[in-house]
Amino acid sequence: MSYDKRFDGRKFDELRPIQAKAGVIKRAVGSGWFKIGNTEAYAAVYGPREMYPKFLQNPEKGVLRCHYNMMPFSSGGERVRPGPSRRSKEISFVTERALRPVVDLSEYPNAVVDVFIELPQTDAGTRCAGICAASIALADAGIPMSDMVCSVSAGKVADKILLDLNYEEDSHEEGVDIPVAMLHNSKKISLLQMDGELAPEDLRQAIELAKKACDQIYEVQKQALKSKFEEAPQ
Amino acid sequence: MSEIKVNDKEVVVPGEVLAVGMDYLPSYGTHREGDKILASRLGLVTIEGKVIKLVPLSGVYLPKAGDTIIGPVVEILLSGWRVGTNSAYPAVLNMKDATSEFIPRGANLTRYIAIGDYVMVKIFNVTSQNLVDITMKGPGLRKLKGGRVISVNANKVPRIIGKQGSMVSMIKDYTNCQILVGQNGIVWIQGTEPAREMLAVETIKKIEREAHLVGLTDRIKAFLEQHKEGIQKIAD
Amino acid sequence: MDGRKPDEYRPVTIETGVSKNAEGSAKVKIGETEVIAGVKMEVMKPYPDTPDQGSMMVNVELFPLSSPEFESGPPDNYSIELARITDRGIRESKTLDVKKMCIKAGEKAWTVVIDICTLNDAGNLYDAISLAAMAAIKNAVYPAYDGEKIDYKTKTKEKLPISKLPISITVFKYGDHLLLDPTNEEDKSYDARLTVATLENGNICSLQKGGDTAITADDALMMIELARKRSAELRKLL
Repeated sequence: MSYDKRFDGRKFDELRPIQAKAGVIKRAVGSGWFKIGNTEAYAAVYGPREMYPKFLQNPEKGVLRCHYNMMPFSSGGERVRPGPSRRSKEISFVTERALRPVVDLSEYPNAVVDVFIELPQTDAGTRCAGICAASIALADAGIPMSDMVCSVSAGKVADKILLDLNYEEDSHEEGVDIPVAMLHNSKKISLLQMDGELAPEDLRQAIELAKKACDQIYEVQKQALKSKFEEAPQ
Repeated sequence: MSEIKVNDKEVVVPGEVLAVGMDYLPSYGTHREGDKILASRLGLVTIEGKVIKLVPLSGVYLPKAGDTIIGPVVEILLSGWRVGTNSAYPAVLNMKDATSEFIPRGANLTRYIAIGDYVMVKIFNVTSQNLVDITMKGPGLRKLKGGRVISVNANKVPRIIGKQGSMVSMIKDYTNCQILVGQNGIVWIQGTEPAREMLAVETIKKIEREAHLVGLTDRIKAFLEQHKEGIQKIAD
Repeated sequence: MDGRKPDEYRPVTIETGVSKNAEGSAKVKIGETEVIAGVKMEVMKPYPDTPDQGSMMVNVELFPLSSPEFESGPPDNYSIELARITDRGIRESKTLDVKKMCIKAGEKAWTVVIDICTLNDAGNLYDAISLAAMAAIKNAVYPAYDGEKIDYKTKTKEKLPISKLPISITVFKYGDHLLLDPTNEEDKSYDARLTVATLENGNICSLQKGGDTAITADDALMMIELARKRSAELRKLL
C-alpha cells in the first residue's frame, strides 16, 4: 500500500500545531505544559528536596526521578484504571534517561528532583509530549541544565517516512513508531525507541526529520519560558 | 570576532547561546563550550564588561556558610535541635551553639526551643554532603516569638532587602512592622495589627512577582503610599 | 488572610470539553486551585439487586503533581473522603436518573465513571472537585453503541439523563468564625467543616461533617444557611 495523503492532511514532515506554557502549576517549584495536536501533557517539578526512601540517596549527586501517568479518561477507548502500569513505569524510566544528560545535580548530594507528568488527553506521541513538558518544568524550576531537551515521534507508515504520528498512524498495521528525544544544541539523542520493522536507511531519514522538528519545538519551549516573565505587573 | 548574542537583563533558557568568541568570560550560571558561552539554567543574563553571568529567577534554596536564615524546629535531638531550612537539607543546632545560658545535661530541650518554634540562625558550616551546622549565638539571632512567617522564592531575597537594606526599611517604615528576611526565603513579620502585617506580606509578595522588572522601587513606594491610608483607617 | 470577606469565593471558572477522548469533561479553577474531571462510560451487567438500573462511580486522584503534600500510591483517607462526599451529593439527590441508563433489564446497563484529578492544590479541593464532577456530567454525551460494542470515537448528541443540579459548598469553622473557600494556608487549621450539597429548590441533599471539633446544632444550621445562600451563585456558572 502507498500512503499518499496523511489522514489529517499534513505534509509528511509537518508537526501538528504545538503550544507550550511555563509556570502553570503554582504550588510546584517549576512546571510546564505542552500540547501537540490533541496530545496534552502537564509536568511539575518538586525539588531538590529530601529523598525518601533514604537507601535510594546518592551521596555524590542528586537523583532525578520521573513519574509518568495518563489520566483515566485521557485515551481514545475505555477508561484506564488509575495507578502505575508496566507501560507507565517504562515510560517513566525512559523519560528520566532522556532528561538526565542535561541535568546537573552535582550540588545536591542525597537530594531528589521529582518530575510528575500527567496527561489529560492523548493522541499518540505521549512520552514525547511528556518529555517536552518536563524540560520546560525543569528549566522553570531553576534546575541547572546544560540544554533543553526536545522530543517528537518520527516513523513510517507503509512507504512514507513521516514526523509526529497521531493515533491513527501509530496504530496502523503498517505503522512504525520511533520516539526520539534530542538535546537541542548538539542534537545528541537521549531517547530512541522503535516499534516495527525498518531498513537502516529509513531510520536515518527519520532521525533527520526529528532533528528539524527539534528546532521548532525548542522555539516554542523557549518562548513559553520567556513569556512567563513578560507579564505586566499588577 | 566576539559577539554578544543577547541583551543585558534578558531572560535566557538553559543552553541558550549568550556570546560567541574568546573575549568574554563565563561566570555564575554560564559555561563555555568551544567558542560559545551558554546559559546553564533559566535566568536573567547580566553583562558586566567582559563577564557574563546569570541572576537565577527560580530554584530552591541551597544552604551556604555565612547565610543568616529563618526556620522552624522540626525535631528535638539528643543534644540539640533539627531545624528546617526551606531546602533539601535540614540544619542541626547544637546545644552549645544555642545560647550562652548553661544547659544542664539531660535537661528538657523543649523548655528552650520547642518543635514549631521559628529561630533566626546563622550557617557556619556546610559539609560536602550538605550537612548544615547553625548557630544562634550572634547579633540578632534568637528564637522568634509571635508574628507570622511567609515563604518567598529565595532568589528574590536581594530585591526584598534592597541596596543596604533600603527596600525592607521602606516597608518597615510604612507598615510599622518588624521584618526579618532569611537568605533562605523565609520572612518573619510582626506588627501591631494584622492589617499592617497583611500589607507587609502583600508588598513582599509584589516584590517577589516583579523582581525582574525595572522601576521596582518606585512602584513599591507607590503601592505602599496607596495602601497606607487603608491601615490608618483601621487603626483609628 | 488574602483580603477577601469570609464568605467570598475566589474567582471561579469552569471550562468544559477539555479532554476530547472523554465522554464528558470539565476543568474548574477556584482561585489557583485547579482540577479536571472526566466521564467515561461502559456497558455492563447491572447489579443483581438493581437489575433495571445503570450505575455510577466517583473516583478522586490527588496527584503529587498538584502539591508537595501528595504522594504516589493507593488512595488515602483524604482522597477517599473527597470522592465519597462528591459521590453522595450526586447519587443521593438522584441527579443521574439511573433507571434511564438501563438498556436491557438484567443484562445491559450503562455505567458512568467520573474521575476527578487535581492539577494544583491551592485550598478548598472539596468544592472544586464537586463542581468539576457536576460540570463534567452535564457536559457528557453517550458514545455510539450498536447493541454489541461501544464506538468511543463516535459521540452521539444524547446527553446523560440529569434531572437536578446539586451544588456542594463546604463551610469551615474557626473558633466563632465561619469561612468559605480557604486557601491552602488557611485550610489546615480549621476546627470543623461541613460540606452541604443544595438543590435548586433550596433543599439539602447531602451533608458531611469533618474536623476534630464537635459543633452545636445551631452551628450546623448556620453553616447550612450560609451554604444555601451561596449555592445559587455557583450554580449559575454551570
